Amino acid sequence: MMSDIINATIGGAMIGLAASMLLFFHGRIAGISGIVGGLLQRPGKDTAWQAVFVAGLLTGGVILTLVAPATIAEPSTRTVGAVAIAGLLVGVGVRMGRGCTSGHGVCGLSRLSKRSLVATISFMATGFATATIIQLFLGGTV
Amino acid sequence: MRTLCVFAAGLLFAMGLGVSGMTDANKVIGFLNVAGTWDPSLAFVMVGAIAVHMATYRLIIKRTKPVFSDQFLLPTVTKINPRLVGGAALFGAGWGLGGFCPGPGVVSSTGFGEAALAFTVSMLMGMLLFHAVDPARTVAGSSS
Repeated sequence: MMSDIINATIGGAMIGLAASMLLFFHGRIAGISGIVGGLLQRPGKDTAWQAVFVAGLLTGGVILTLVAPATIAEPSTRTVGAVAIAGLLVGVGVRMGRGCTSGHGVCGLSRLSKRSLVATISFMATGFATATIIQLFLGGTV
Repeated sequence: MRTLCVFAAGLLFAMGLGVSGMTDANKVIGFLNVAGTWDPSLAFVMVGAIAVHMATYRLIIKRTKPVFSDQFLLPTVTKINPRLVGGAALFGAGWGLGGFCPGPGVVSSTGFGEAALAFTVSMLMGMLLFHAVDPARTVAGSSS
């Protein structure tokens, strides 16, 4: 448990530093949903840097897969159907609410944005509620 | 040079997600499910990320402009409305159901695991669905 906390804190610090790098060098917020969603829109002035950032994310994923495959959990305890529905909810939700764990959670809270605080409370509340209800009423399997 | 720095930021972001445990969807579910054997360690991801970003954010925005572009583009919307709260609520429900949020979904999909791929593909479909239903809100380009 202690090593999990240390890893979480170090990994979190890396995420915070990555967000600061994007701001320092390019002046943009490291909101993953905005960046990925931006690539699904008509190409514009943001398309190039967004594509480069996502390429960095994917390269990081490949390195993790090769060097530390255990960090990418498989198989999931959820069924593929449940995960697919989850993806739809996340995709619609992050675009409607204009941000996710990174944009609202990390960047928004760091900027002391009230809007991001409200969004973070909202997604944390339903996140905890959903996972806990699945445990209590469905025995943790969906 | 700008391209390299943006790429490095994305790479570091992904490595941070991996080191922290956020790419492990089962661990995320163990964090969000307080009725099982609760694993609160992932709360420290936010602690580490905000500690570093909050401190550096203040220093960075004192500059007149970023190193490789003309201006800082920060969110200007301050309205707290039902779309913000409702959208975030939908996102949270999906997060608790699947164990993935957008960053870990994209990063984990490179492992070609069934769950990560299913999540990421349907997340992209969900985004496209929202863009189609509400084009007016999606012309502004990047947001948080």
